[in-house]
Amino acid sequence: MDHEPTNQELIDSHREASHTEVSRGAPVLKAGHTFGSVTDQISAIVLSRPTSRGWWLGLAASFVLLMVLNMSIAYLLLRGVGIWGISMPVAWGFAIVNFVWWIGIGHAGTLISAILLLLRQDWRTSINRFAEAMTLLAVACAGLFPLLHMGRPWFFYWLMPYPNTMALWPQFRSPLVWDVFAVSTYASVSLLFWYIGLIPDLGTLRDRATSRAAQVLYGALALGWRGSAMHWHRYRVASLLLAGLCTPLVVSVHTVVSFDFAVAIVPGWHTTIFPPYFVAGAILSGFAMVMTLAIPLRWLYGLQDFITPRHLNNMAKVILCTAMIVGYGYIMEIFLAWYGNNPYDQAVVANRFTGAYREAYWALLFCNIITPQILWFSRVRQSPKLLFLIALIVNVGMWLERFIIVVTSLSQDYIPGNWGMYYPTFWDWATFIGTVGLFFTLFFLFVRFLPMIAIYEMRELVHETSEHHAND
Amino acid sequence: MSAAISSIEPMTLDALRRKLAERGSKPLWRSLDELAETPEFMEYLHREFPKAASEWQSGTSRRRFLQLMGASLMLAAAQGCTRQESQAIVPYVEAPRDFKPGQVQHFATATSRGGYGLGLMVESHDGRPTKIDGNPRHPYSHGATDVFAQASILNLYDPDRSQTVLNAGRISTWDQWLTELRPALDRVRAARGRGLSLLTGATSSPTLIAQIKDLLQQFPEAKWHIHEPCDLQQHRYGGQTAGQRPLDKLYDLTKAKRILALDADFLGSGPDSLRLTRQYAQRRRDELSSAQMTRLYSAGPAPNCTTAMADHHRPLPAAKVRNVLFRLNQMLSGAEAKWLPSGLAADEQAWVDTVAADLKQHGAESVVIVGDSQPADVHAFARDANRQLGCVGPQGCVRYVASILAAAADGVRPLAELVDDLNGQRVAVLAMLGGNPVYDAPADLDFAAAMKKSSATSIHLSAYDNETSQHCLWHIPALHELESWSDIRALDGTASIMQPLIEPLYGSATKSAHDLLGVLAGEKAPKSAYERVSAHWTQWLKDRQPIANFDVTWATWLQDGVIADSASEAIGADAALKAEPRDEAAPNQDLEKKSPTAKSLEIVFQPDVAVWDGRYANNGWLQELPRPISKLTWGNVAGVAPQLAERLNLQDGDLVTLTLDGRSVEAPVLRMPGHADNCVSVTLGYGRTRAGHVGNGVGFNAYLLRGRENLNSAQGLEIAKTGRKLDLAMTQHHHSLEGHVEWTDNTRPEPVRSGEIADFEKDPHFLQQEFDRHSPPSLLPNFEYSGYAWGMSIDLNSCVGCNACVVACQAENNIPIVGPEQVRNGREMHWLRIDSYYRGDPTSPETFFQPLACQHCEHAPCELVCPVAATTHSPEGLNEMTYNRCVGTRYCSNNCPYKVRRFNFLEYNDATTPVLKLLRNPEVTVRSRGVMEKCTYCVQRISAARIVAKREDRSIHDGEVVTACQAVCPAQAIVFGDLNDPKSAVNQRKASPLNYQLLGELNTLPRTTYMGRLRNPNPDLVALEADRSQAPNATVHPLDPQQLGAG
Repeated sequence: MDHEPTNQELIDSHREASHTEVSRGAPVLKAGHTFGSVTDQISAIVLSRPTSRGWWLGLAASFVLLMVLNMSIAYLLLRGVGIWGISMPVAWGFAIVNFVWWIGIGHAGTLISAILLLLRQDWRTSINRFAEAMTLLAVACAGLFPLLHMGRPWFFYWLMPYPNTMALWPQFRSPLVWDVFAVSTYASVSLLFWYIGLIPDLGTLRDRATSRAAQVLYGALALGWRGSAMHWHRYRVASLLLAGLCTPLVVSVHTVVSFDFAVAIVPGWHTTIFPPYFVAGAILSGFAMVMTLAIPLRWLYGLQDFITPRHLNNMAKVILCTAMIVGYGYIMEIFLAWYGNNPYDQAVVANRFTGAYREAYWALLFCNIITPQILWFSRVRQSPKLLFLIALIVNVGMWLERFIIVVTSLSQDYIPGNWGMYYPTFWDWATFIGTVGLFFTLFFLFVRFLPMIAIYEMRELVHETSEHHAND
Repeated sequence: MSAAISSIEPMTLDALRRKLAERGSKPLWRSLDELAETPEFMEYLHREFPKAASEWQSGTSRRRFLQLMGASLMLAAAQGCTRQESQAIVPYVEAPRDFKPGQVQHFATATSRGGYGLGLMVESHDGRPTKIDGNPRHPYSHGATDVFAQASILNLYDPDRSQTVLNAGRISTWDQWLTELRPALDRVRAARGRGLSLLTGATSSPTLIAQIKDLLQQFPEAKWHIHEPCDLQQHRYGGQTAGQRPLDKLYDLTKAKRILALDADFLGSGPDSLRLTRQYAQRRRDELSSAQMTRLYSAGPAPNCTTAMADHHRPLPAAKVRNVLFRLNQMLSGAEAKWLPSGLAADEQAWVDTVAADLKQHGAESVVIVGDSQPADVHAFARDANRQLGCVGPQGCVRYVASILAAAADGVRPLAELVDDLNGQRVAVLAMLGGNPVYDAPADLDFAAAMKKSSATSIHLSAYDNETSQHCLWHIPALHELESWSDIRALDGTASIMQPLIEPLYGSATKSAHDLLGVLAGEKAPKSAYERVSAHWTQWLKDRQPIANFDVTWATWLQDGVIADSASEAIGADAALKAEPRDEAAPNQDLEKKSPTAKSLEIVFQPDVAVWDGRYANNGWLQELPRPISKLTWGNVAGVAPQLAERLNLQDGDLVTLTLDGRSVEAPVLRMPGHADNCVSVTLGYGRTRAGHVGNGVGFNAYLLRGRENLNSAQGLEIAKTGRKLDLAMTQHHHSLEGHVEWTDNTRPEPVRSGEIADFEKDPHFLQQEFDRHSPPSLLPNFEYSGYAWGMSIDLNSCVGCNACVVACQAENNIPIVGPEQVRNGREMHWLRIDSYYRGDPTSPETFFQPLACQHCEHAPCELVCPVAATTHSPEGLNEMTYNRCVGTRYCSNNCPYKVRRFNFLEYNDATTPVLKLLRNPEVTVRSRGVMEKCTYCVQRISAARIVAKREDRSIHDGEVVTACQAVCPAQAIVFGDLNDPKSAVNQRKASPLNYQLLGELNTLPRTTYMGRLRNPNPDLVALEADRSQAPNATVHPLDPQQLGAG
């Protein structure tokens, strides 16, 4: 059933992919791949291809930033959160902005691997592995901030219900306690899902590894995977169960994070639209980040065969859709402030448009609402360069959105006598950039030591697409 | 950046006025910038990330903290090296009577306020004073104190206090000083005292005055000089009234229905302010009808507490007060034919005429108060006016008494004579008992140069090794008022014994003025200050009551804090007039000449409301105390009217060079709404170079401009922009002035509810809203308070914004200071803050104060969001913070609509300096870094009262728990008590129709509620001002466009 494609056929299919409307029918895997070619190409990145200079440079740059993070944390623990620009009306600053931003980014991976798995979207296959890794790393970065932003971080465990001599439990009405549960559940389930997904591939790597160290390492991680039918059966059941578990979590995590704001009575925070609007924003920022990572990766490692224009096209559509939902959220905030006739809410809206942070607000509207609109054009959706640029802009925009929500609302709330400004300090920036360093350091290690595309799933895809071709 | 600033067109006042008009019904505003909100203006003021903002701002501040709190190891070591008295340790086999370890004791004593006495009640924990309050029995305190008394406890424990005798800057000893001084003293004695000069501050201490007089008797040729930089009635020490005692005025405002305050901040500063505030506020609070309510007019150069409380305030240069009084006297006399031109502009004159008519109508129930900074002849005018009004007399609003301060009549000579003597090498021994003349003497005297030139053996007794000590051969460390015996008399003559509360912290090296005078007098066996004071008063008592038992009486005096029947006799108005004659002809010609113009500005020198004449410069509590209205901390400014700033293109913080008579200083500008035009006001006491770690280099030294002829105000000031800027540390406005948007402003509920007495008479509930009267329905049942339910009421009609409560709270609750950098960041720690707001035209707006601390909401938003239950509700209704449980998420603060929570962003408390540990209130936890804190309703005081009540098997009486802010308030604006007790004072207040909840619409059910502010404007004056605003060019208005062009 399998035939080696001729060069002409390859060229034709390529031309077809790039010049016709990239639609549902476009390939999710470049035609002509076999089980062997897929396995070879992906596992080679980990096992046989020489480590590129670009990888070393990237890792070095990220590592430098990681050291900036270390320094910032050390200084923070030494001095206290006063090294940041937070003040008395604006008691939450970059730490919470970054937390929400990273958590949002962490949404795409699970969404892709769980929800799209359940919805049987075959195009998810080639991006789900590194999207999941991205999720884990983003959640790790996000998880740092609630700890660091505490006045006395060494007592973080007081937020968890554990038996103690004081017979004290956390205060369960506080959304921060809900956060602890939501984020830690999300992190552990995501980790489990990601790891289980890796097991067949770890088995492949074990089998293909040539060095003893790699054999032992991958062998231990593969947990004795032999690829028997029973293994595959149990593996499928476990994946589906975990996907089922993950699905509500995708929605719940950012809903709970939005409660941090929505439960409070601060004008600009206290609104019922926050949960859906936060989830949509999270998916938007998550997909933007997947795009930000996928486009350079497919270029650097020559993975155009696996991450095809169809993937980029679909992700662009998700971005466009969620950007519209987020835009709807912005419009509803403004509408409700007017319709609700609450002077404080109205003042918040007015302050965002015209106040001290108005540049940030206008920039956010540009990044999140206006820029994605050019994704209506299919030519744009087919241009990796433009898509990369748009993804970066959306990343910035989503960060600004959290900045606007956290800072402008606090800087001017009820009583004019206590209004004040927030100006980030060097350490605010250093901590933020440091987590970017942490993220990329781990990501570079991931692409080097683990298969960034699920090999076995690609093999399935080869099988399915060839069947598909056969039926044509 | 500077180019960008200069290119911005600031908003003109006219434009501001239009904005105000557009906003419809008079909105409250906080600052000029907020009103302006032009895009360009905001552009530069409110860059999201201004250039300097991202620097390593906290990098330097740790060092600054250490400096501020004086936590220098060196100091601690120096303290360790001080030789302590060897004393036998005797355990309490039998405890001393009336003393139980751990029990709080209170002692009555007194403090000096420019020489006048203020009675104090000091709280002592196991022998160390921790908190100062007013003595309820003292006529000038009634239990209240000012900010200085509250903060002076910090001066006692200041680690920067001088601890050893210094000889030319090197550590020496008292004995060595005695030895080396002897030959010089012998020479002086041989010359009958020629060459001995004594310099003291203003004093009323009978013992000290008697001791100096004895010395002068022993050394007839010796000279006694007094230098009190901020005793504004400097003429006391001049020669012109020699032989006669100057007068002090005693006002009684309980009967005053109309008050005209001219350049007088009688509510905010001065030895009489506490009593006057109490009287003024009481009447203002209790007499709520337009027939009875006090109406306060004020006119003066710079805004202050009094101008803020005034129903009508007219900005007026200090030089024009004379004209106003001249015109007023003419109007009161009614002899129209003889009227001379007053030298006032037409609109000013119309204002005075309207006020005069109102005063005249109320006759003896009205009073004119003139500030001490005005010259003697102006006071004579005021006396005329009061006499014409008929309010002078024992039952009237004003009484006159001979001043009890040592003055020319006691042989005191002016400072200038001392400088002449020093320059002429006529001084052999110069003994300075306190003071800091090198820093604060008039600049044209050049005291420092005279000191350098003179070869005198100079001795400086001072609590700090300051600027003057540096120029002296000998420096003797002085005892604090709480460490030594002395006595003092209040304004009306009432005497108090000052008793020590603690053994001298730095042992026998520290001395009092009494000790030093004993040495100068050559006493062989030096007597203790206690012996001197008790000897003086034994004699006093013997003279009056030969048969009295001194020991019993003495004990009573100490216990009461006042000496009965020691007040002075009042002097009649006619005698008073004779005492201070005036130049009849001068005023109106003088006027035209002296009136400031755009070319030749007036400068007004004022003592600072926080550091006074500079003596409190090293007091961190006072440095960080937001000044009333401007909310400025850590520094002084050149205050200008907004219209003058507009003409000179000045913004807040712009550095300008002020030049007067060839002397100049650089000062940052602050625009003050309600400031007089063509006038610059500066406060003294800043720019210290040897104040200590806290006070050095803060602000600019306005003494450098002050000449001996123009101590209080001067004409001919020049002002020049330097182009540089200073970031002023202010607690309220910061940079967050924009963002007000017209379409929301009219609906945003105002935090200060206010109205006019006429509206109140129509409908007493006119300030209330539905939720103020009935709490809204709830799904859940309310918590039942079976025991106490604490609550507070704050009367905005009484609060004069004097700040005493802010410092009292700081002292009671171990609240740290954070320094100017942190204040700029909005991290000040005051649990209680006073917000200020303006309404109306920026040239003379109405001003409002609002003290704001934790409201102890029944539905507290903070409690809901704390993840670790560190802030919870007590069964008595308090919203409590458990510091040990707090992990510092700061969520509670975000969710607090009043933003009254304070966070320890860094380690603000100095835990290392030993002497500061003595200062702390042992009843209150010292908070560490990373912990939230806030007002507790002084829960430690509630607990103390509960313990006492339980022991006596009763419930806590109403008034038994007095919070620190309540205790100190001279206006009695704050009342605290049990809401479950229907008869409690706080329930009486809350039953008032003026009672309202701040942000009650959020259903937080705050336990602190406010009473709205009522104003009592004069309808005639309102009409007059309305006319003026309709035809702004009809008179010579300060905003006349032609004059603007000239400026």
